[in-house]
Amino acid sequence: MKTGALFRRGMLHGIPIGLGYLSVSFGFGILAVKSGLSTLQATLISLLNLTSAGQTAGVGVIAAGGSLAEMALVQLTINIRYALMALSLSQKLSPRFSLPHRLAAAYGITDEIFGVCAARQEPIEPPYMYGMILIATAGWVSGTFLGAFAGSLLPPRMTAALGILLYGMFIAIIIPPAKKQKSILFAVLCAAALSIVCKYALPMLSEGFAVIICGIAASVAAALLFPRKEDAA
Amino acid sequence: MSTAIYIAVMAGVTYLIRALPFGFFQKKIKSQFLRSFLYYIPYTVLSAMTFPAILYSTGSTVTAAVGTGVALILAYFGLPLIAVALAASLAAFLTGLFL
Repeated sequence: MKTGALFRRGMLHGIPIGLGYLSVSFGFGILAVKSGLSTLQATLISLLNLTSAGQTAGVGVIAAGGSLAEMALVQLTINIRYALMALSLSQKLSPRFSLPHRLAAAYGITDEIFGVCAARQEPIEPPYMYGMILIATAGWVSGTFLGAFAGSLLPPRMTAALGILLYGMFIAIIIPPAKKQKSILFAVLCAAALSIVCKYALPMLSEGFAVIICGIAASVAAALLFPRKEDAA
Repeated sequence: MSTAIYIAVMAGVTYLIRALPFGFFQKKIKSQFLRSFLYYIPYTVLSAMTFPAILYSTGSTVTAAVGTGVALILAYFGLPLIAVALAASLAAFLTGLFL
């Protein structure tokens, strides 16, 4: 297939992702401004990071005046899954994916883009991935801008209610697999319980570090009790 | 500290996490423990980020609790991410009208 056709196909497959990102990032824009960032800063964060959980936690670190080491560790822990996805996707790339292409397309490895690309039968071509990343990023960045900018124009009741948007999405990500696999249910419950204990029993622990400690502890427990078979990536 | 430095660190770390394995690694991770650990990480991190923070996300524990309940139920029935997120928000908003 020609480069142009591949690019257009990637854009087409990216439309549902972009639309989804648009509404969720609206919530991120509101949250970022509430945490004291400017509209420009919020938009820039979305353009440079393209990830919901990491950005939400990052804004938390900025708002709390955490250290840069804390910021780096928080991002590493929350986004380490992208390294796994990148590893898995790197096995599916077409020979046209030279190192510069890999370094460019790496920017756009998100849960959703990975999901769509990983499900393809044929090898992934650079233009296809670029088209998808373009649409997804456009939705993510413009949604953030609108949320940050218009968030202050909406009635306070409404912006307050929109604050739950991202958390609602996180719940939608973790519940269906937890329902299917008791190992994931265990991991999720364990992490939530630890996090609640940290919040009320160890209030001096910053939110970022609490997420890292709870996430790692619960994952170690789950990995020891429910080791994964070789098959799943 | 300047916000720009935070943003630079955040973006740099996030990019490297994606680019180093995508650009340079080709081999599979062999250790079963490590593979299992990495497999569970997204779920545990999202769970720890959500609970109990979600209860403080709307400025009212009551509206947040209703939104959380709605999200849990709809997610249980496997509705799309966006539907769950928007319904949680709508539920919190509507509850707020009665307070």
